[in-house]
Amino acid sequence: MLSDDLRDLYQQVILDHSRNPRNHGELSPPCLHAHGDNPSCGDEIDVWVRVSDNGHIDDLKFTGQGCAISQASASMMTQKIKGKSKDEAAAVREDFRRVVMGDGSPADEDSLGELILLEGVQKFPQRVKCAMLAWRALEQALESK
Amino acid sequence: MDWHRIRADFPILDQKVNGHPLVYLDNAASSQKPRTVIQTLSHYYERDNANVHRALHELSNRATEAFEAARKKAAHFIGAASEDEIIFTRGTTEGINLVANTWGTQNLRTGDVILITGMEHHSNIVPWQLLAQRTGATLKYIPVLDDGTLDSAAIETLLTEQVKLFAFVHVSNSLGTINPAKELIAKAKALGVVTMLDGAQSAGHMPIDVRDLGCDFFAFSGHKMCGPTGIGVLYGRMALLETMPPWHGGGEMILSVSMESSTYKAPPHRFEAGTPDISGVIALGAAIDYLQAIGLENIQRHDHNLANYAMQRMGEVPGIRILGPQSGHRGALVAFHLDFAHPHDLVEFANSHGVAMRGGHHCTQPLMKRFKVPGTTRASFYFYNTIEEINRLVEVLLLARMFFT
Repeated sequence: MLSDDLRDLYQQVILDHSRNPRNHGELSPPCLHAHGDNPSCGDEIDVWVRVSDNGHIDDLKFTGQGCAISQASASMMTQKIKGKSKDEAAAVREDFRRVVMGDGSPADEDSLGELILLEGVQKFPQRVKCAMLAWRALEQALESK
Repeated sequence: MDWHRIRADFPILDQKVNGHPLVYLDNAASSQKPRTVIQTLSHYYERDNANVHRALHELSNRATEAFEAARKKAAHFIGAASEDEIIFTRGTTEGINLVANTWGTQNLRTGDVILITGMEHHSNIVPWQLLAQRTGATLKYIPVLDDGTLDSAAIETLLTEQVKLFAFVHVSNSLGTINPAKELIAKAKALGVVTMLDGAQSAGHMPIDVRDLGCDFFAFSGHKMCGPTGIGVLYGRMALLETMPPWHGGGEMILSVSMESSTYKAPPHRFEAGTPDISGVIALGAAIDYLQAIGLENIQRHDHNLANYAMQRMGEVPGIRILGPQSGHRGALVAFHLDFAHPHDLVEFANSHGVAMRGGHHCTQPLMKRFKVPGTTRASFYFYNTIEEINRLVEVLLLARMFFT
């Protein structure tokens, strides 16, 4: 009775991340920070990142409010990105973007891990911006000085 | 009234969405159109299409006649003294902007106050913010109480002779509150304050009589009351319209043009530059005919019954918080927050069950902040909705609860 698309969109792991977000909270300075929002729906996110001198992301956290997709994506992002270099983070971000956009190229499951579960978003084009919200904020934070 | 027979006038409602019968509960955003309105549009383009007011040929005569007949219908629909008080706009938003840019720019000075309320749609906030920035006037807000009504004590202190314009929403699109418009306008008039009513959610839902209400301006949209999108009406009291400068310049609004200057037509044509949305105006006239044949009192009663029933049934859903008046005295919409699902997730879930609702801030961000919610889900009704559809809504909310918890 429920469509498969909807079940794919809201898998248990995704709902669990949205209810119990990992790495939730703020980092104290010194750290980089960016705020992201989707003005049309009101979702908001703040991302804090601590980058070491050699360009590694030692820690990152987020706070925010929004739909299950935006919150789960943020939570899974923090787990995936922690410990990666800035370049590696950018590569994961690009892989993830391609998966949620559904551009047809095969997903790199090894690179994405759990994030692949958000693949269901590609059936819901209006929700792509929800899935990408935290990632845009992360990119902004990494570019900030 | 045989409401089920009336429902059959709306071809779009007879369809399945995601395998389920469509339950359309997003009427506060835009209503559906009866067959007669759709046919009026196609008939116009198949038989009568030509520009209005200009040529002397047959088609132009027909188009002009139907266009001006719709102006008369709109005047009658809201109880205006004359059809010359009816200005066709693209919708409520444009009507408000027209007042801000003509009457507002002409009359407001530093130190003047524009008074609005804390439950306004962005379209009744932003034009006044822009006007305040241009003129040095100050924008003030009447606070909203926890029960979704205006703070009447605050009105006493805020509504003073310093206020030049008092603009407020007739029926709130986010709370469902029906403001005591006549009473508030009387208070303002006693102080010589000009009043503007945002009728986007009231026109087509209840009888409107602008002379009984006493407002100076009243704006509404066609598409929320069975008419096409892109067409609306601004009513203005003639004594004010006559003093107002044009907004948009162009053809149709001038008496004569020389290279140095121009003279302008009298209202309403002064405010209708360029070729108007002729088919939209004529189809709006058809929508008004249709609503009046059903009867605005009947629609109002049915709206009220639906809202009342929805309030009762939706109250049964665990974890629900309904915003706005807790009584059935409200507009035909219920905005709510569920503690187990974000509005966008809920709207997505409902959509997969064929139920169309809106989730988000409903273009009332200050109000969402006031009630400390990121957004709400809104079920909004019109006369073609049924008790069975509300039952279905409640069923889907309960299914959502199982799904998300």
